Amino acid sequence: MRAFVPALADRRLLPQGGTRLTPWLIGVLMFVAVLVGAAGLAIANAAATVASGAEQRWSIQLPAGGRSMGAVVAAAGQAQGVAAVSPVPDEQVRGLLQRWLGPEAASADLPVPGLIDVELRPGANGNDLQRRVAVVAPGARVQSFPEQLGPMLRGLRTLQGLTFALLVLLGAAIAAAVMLATRGAYDTHRSTVAVLHGIGATDQQLAALFQQRMARETLVGGSAGAIVALVLVLLMLATLDDGTIVAVGGSPLKPLDIILLGALPFATALLALLVARATIIAALRADP
Amino acid sequence: MRENQRGEKGWAKVSGADAIAEFDSVGLRYGTGAEVLKDLDLRLLRGGFTYLTGASGAGKTSLLKLLYLAQRPTRGRIRLFGEELSHAPRAALPGFRRRIGVVFQDFRLVRHLSAFDNVALPLRIARRPESEIAVSVRELLEWVGLADRSAAHPPTLSGGEQQRVAIARAVVGHPELLVADEPTGNVDADMAKRLLHLFERLNELGTTVLVATHDLSLIAATKGAQLMRLDGGQLVDPTGLLRHPPPRTRAAG
Ligand SMILES: Nc1ncnc2c1ncn2[C@@H]1O[C@H](COP(=O)(O)OP(=O)(O)OP(=O)(O)O)[C@@H](O)[C@H]1O
Ligand SMILES: [Mg+2]
Repeated sequence: MRAFVPALADRRLLPQGGTRLTPWLIGVLMFVAVLVGAAGLAIANAAATVASGAEQRWSIQLPAGGRSMGAVVAAAGQAQGVAAVSPVPDEQVRGLLQRWLGPEAASADLPVPGLIDVELRPGANGNDLQRRVAVVAPGARVQSFPEQLGPMLRGLRTLQGLTFALLVLLGAAIAAAVMLATRGAYDTHRSTVAVLHGIGATDQQLAALFQQRMARETLVGGSAGAIVALVLVLLMLATLDDGTIVAVGGSPLKPLDIILLGALPFATALLALLVARATIIAALRADP
Repeated sequence: MRENQRGEKGWAKVSGADAIAEFDSVGLRYGTGAEVLKDLDLRLLRGGFTYLTGASGAGKTSLLKLLYLAQRPTRGRIRLFGEELSHAPRAALPGFRRRIGVVFQDFRLVRHLSAFDNVALPLRIARRPESEIAVSVRELLEWVGLADRSAAHPPTLSGGEQQRVAIARAVVGHPELLVADEPTGNVDADMAKRLLHLFERLNELGTTVLVATHDLSLIAATKGAQLMRLDGGQLVDPTGLLRHPPPRTRAAG
């Protein structure tokens, strides 16, 4: 990467001129990118929490009345691959319904559907469970969690895809900014480049001068933007109450996620280096 | 060494392989314009000292550009250092350029670098160690009489001083071929004589020298130098002795 021997000489070779807009622009883009990335990771984590172990979790819904509850529990208990069967107490079901239907749901007059949670052993499937339950209670619905949560998971995954697409767009915007800045720097230093080229500098050596600078500027601007965004994200995490954390099954962002977001400026600096290199080498092709 | 290259023996090889550059039916046009160089056949002998002259617009700079690889010919073939350039890949050209020292007519110093750093450029490009660079550059700045101006930047140097920095840069890497385009174009007669002396010293040390100039007094002052004249993009050779010179008289006289 170090084409000319002392690093200091590199900077002297292409002195900085004009306004230093690029680091600012990249800083702003990086700020947004880190926030979008944080949102994307939080959504991914939420989806993972929801989906985790869902393959093994099944539920049996009996039509209101629940007269066959005992028989169904017994049948389910005998089904292949079943690890645990636990009927959900009526009060709990009422409690759940109350959220949707209001206080009337608490009245004992309202028949509530019977709910049974079933836990399968890892790797087992629910075929036998479905068959046996159907024998004793033909009206019962036997569903795995993924089936129940499908629409919600799909929604989360779509959101996740959107944040990813946004990140790609932001990356493209940064790449475009770097390309324009590199072209600008190349034009500014055209005469110096011509001299160096004329006395035997290789395309790689000339590109190195620019790619080092663009990587440096991207790293400086990007780090600043990322730090501000990360502070904001951490503040938001700190203000989450315990209830929310329990509800979403843990902190929305894990330490690894923060590290990943913190690495974005470095990855982007590498991107800038490659873009600047390609830009300069393409520009140099115009000369013999 | 000098006797070998400039004496009888060297010239006996005129038609042999001891040429540093050979042009074979070379033509050059810029874009879609008319040809500015037509059917050039020439041979620059290793160790020789050659002047290239001709009216303004005759194509001198264009010919030099072909030599120092700033242009590719639009037709014909060029051999440099014994290698065919026509098919040399772009990546091979920097290696050739490092063997050629060029004094551009307009100096082309990097204005924000000191005289020292300007002269050091070819060595830094060649990735020589800094310790060696310091020694070579100081030696050359001394040689051109600018030891005390090594920290000065080109805009603060006089025209003659800039020219000498440019010459120091052209020769610091001990090039096999030195190409100078109007190197005395804007200096007084005394400075011109001094610079000519520099070129002659270099030539004695083994560098092949090609100088494009209008200055006839310069040509007259260099005994035994070969002369090429361009007219309308073609080499003219009225005496028949210019392009393929007679045995050198310099060593004898
Ligand atoms: N980059 C270019 N594009 C188009 N035409 C050019 C270019 N460079 C030179 N020419 C043309 O080529 C011809 C030869 O130019 P060149 O510079 O080689 O002449 P020269 O002998 O060096 O002249 P001078 O003594 O004035 O320096 C001229 O007619 C010039 O207009
Ligand atoms: Mg010229």
